[in-house]
Amino acid sequence: MAEMTMRDALNQALREELARDEAVFLMGEEVAEYQGAYKVTRGLLDEFGPKRIIDTPITELGFAGLGVGAAMAGLRPIVEFMTFNFSILATDQIINSAAKMLYMSGGQFKIPIVFRGPGGSAYQVSSQHSQALESWYAYFPGLKVVMPSTPADAKGLLKSAIRDDDPVIFIEQERMYGMKGEVPGDEDFIIPLGVADVKREGADATIVARSLMVPVALKAAEELEKDGVSCEVIDPRTIRPLDIDTIIDSVRKTNRVVVAEESHPFCGVGAEISAQIAERAFDYLDAPVKRVSGVDVPMPYAKNLEQLALPDYEKLIQAVREVSYLD
Amino acid sequence: MATQVVMPKLSPTMEEGQLSRWLKKEGDKVSMGEPLAEIDTDKATMEMQSLANGVLLKILVNEGESAPLGDPIAIVGAEGEDISNLIGAKKSAKGEAPTAKPEAEETEEREQEPKKAEAAVSKPAPKEEAPRPVTPPSRDDGRQLISPIAARMAAEAGINLKSLQGSGPGGRIIKRDVEDAISGKVERIPTTPRLRAVPARPLEKGEVYAPSAYRDETVSEMRRTIAKRLVTSLGPVPHFFLTTEIDMERAADLRRAINELYPDAKISINDVIIKVAAAALIQHPQVNASFQEKNIRYYEHADIGVAVATENGLITPVVRSADLKSLPEIGAEVRELAERARARKLKPEEYTGATFSISNLGMFGIDEFTAVINPPEGAILAIGAMAPKPVVRDGQIVVRQTMRVTMSCDHRVVDGATGAQFLQTFKQVMENPLYLFLAQ
Repeated sequence: MAEMTMRDALNQALREELARDEAVFLMGEEVAEYQGAYKVTRGLLDEFGPKRIIDTPITELGFAGLGVGAAMAGLRPIVEFMTFNFSILATDQIINSAAKMLYMSGGQFKIPIVFRGPGGSAYQVSSQHSQALESWYAYFPGLKVVMPSTPADAKGLLKSAIRDDDPVIFIEQERMYGMKGEVPGDEDFIIPLGVADVKREGADATIVARSLMVPVALKAAEELEKDGVSCEVIDPRTIRPLDIDTIIDSVRKTNRVVVAEESHPFCGVGAEISAQIAERAFDYLDAPVKRVSGVDVPMPYAKNLEQLALPDYEKLIQAVREVSYLD
Repeated sequence: MATQVVMPKLSPTMEEGQLSRWLKKEGDKVSMGEPLAEIDTDKATMEMQSLANGVLLKILVNEGESAPLGDPIAIVGAEGEDISNLIGAKKSAKGEAPTAKPEAEETEEREQEPKKAEAAVSKPAPKEEAPRPVTPPSRDDGRQLISPIAARMAAEAGINLKSLQGSGPGGRIIKRDVEDAISGKVERIPTTPRLRAVPARPLEKGEVYAPSAYRDETVSEMRRTIAKRLVTSLGPVPHFFLTTEIDMERAADLRRAINELYPDAKISINDVIIKVAAAALIQHPQVNASFQEKNIRYYEHADIGVAVATENGLITPVVRSADLKSLPEIGAEVRELAERARARKLKPEEYTGATFSISNLGMFGIDEFTAVINPPEGAILAIGAMAPKPVVRDGQIVVRQTMRVTMSCDHRVVDGATGAQFLQTFKQVMENPLYLFLAQ
């Protein structure tokens, strides 16, 4: 185990998988010469050469389609989006080609591709560059969606994603690249997709959080412990397939749930989780499921408004107090 | 200005009143609220109060004469005032009888009750001169809020939700309320036959039992069709009848034992029947109900009408909240109400608004009979005579005190199986009245 940033953990995962399997290659804007806009691909060009670490033009739809074609032909592409905001341009290839090819070809073409890059809120980059898009991709059968919340999870999950035979959307929180944590150095360390992690055990309320909301939830849980509310924090890690069983087990224990997410509330992942809880654990609820989400507006540029639009730990504490009938 | 005094509506069913006695003579001064006359209604003799200040200028209806509701019976005005134009007029300008005080108070009381009770929870009770009604708090719309897990836990633990105070928002019953109940902070219901206890508390000085609070549930389409079809067949209240024979040995023993302990209590078998019926009604709220066209009204307490024969005919004074009262309380109350019924001294609120009635012709040696439902109640229980009869017990013929009861049910509210289940509980408790003490 070594302490490292999420950026370096991701870099380690890429390096290990590139070394492990010659079919794996990486492409995207500025990934080679510039070593990545966020330096996740640092040193990879030197190590693996320009045949496997490829700088693309600024044409998201084009190189996403190239990736899908390469995957159909037997390679295992990793496509980096400089940010997931730009993946919007590539959605036809991601949704209509990558997600559906296995089904539409009657199982003849598997698409072992990873679309990865930063997503979620960023600091003061306004509406078009600061948004959470996971519910878009999680909507479609055929795609897997992964969002790590720790450096170790980032490494283990990315390695699983690269080895997976289905297209995987791998969203790294832009503000978490510098976050440090213990990461196993073992080359065989992987975390299976579709398995949630209980980040903190508790008895009174469940917080379901992903990505950047996990450290926020853990901090809120510390604070709530002082008020006598013991919070369980569950990180699904994979949005699709969703490990709903772990969430349901927790709800059965605590009877109260708050879902924390950076995305907009309407048609969000939190809405899906709330619905499944209502369907599967209705008889165990002591309070309505509560969501703490980003506000239902485009992300403001102004710093004060941006702060108001984002979920934070005070809002989360307030929500947990509400479902616990403390106020 | 002189005003007409008109025949007031002093009972809910009254259509005309007979002037029993004038308490003022022509020329006497009268002030508002002062008794003016005694009126015989169809049910009782009531005092009529003056609604104006002045002088009783003219009596238009003499003692012994009758007048329909709203007809002028006297004129009150200033001394020496010209009233010739008023004497000729047949009806007051209003044309309708003003609703007299007793009834108005009663309806108001019922409507305000839940709010009052709620207010009492959140803030210190305001000083009240008038008697305070005793009813557990309920929401205005009659719905009880409860979290799903609280509902499930309560069902599993056999806890009566109606006995719980919700501590969540809007009075929602939440998990911790049920946990408190389970840990013994609040009463629980015993198992079979699960008589539900209602939290009783000692009455404070000056308090009386108010008419039972209720919740209205909108009539379902199915229920509406049942009601419509049955009315076509059987008239406005489609009756059906259920009869059962009850072994009364233990009830008789219980009564004897209580009277030995408390010679003053003078408990009658009828008092035991009232108590057991009340307990069974709380257990079967579907029977403690009334068909109200659009709604079915479910009462929280068992206000039991007890048919009393008087010289003038049948009247059913009501024992309010019989489920909350002890046998000696019920006994004393029935005796007192019956005495006043015979003296025609019952107030309308004392003989209306029962949730269920009992008619007992046992003292006349009647074996069994069917009673007619007193609308809008949902059922009435007809009690036959208690008599020794040969019965089979454990394969042997033995002589036991038995009693036959027949319940008439309003089929619009009570279905056959529902009525039968109620009667089953009634019989079970009657045959072993110790059940009464299991509902803590």
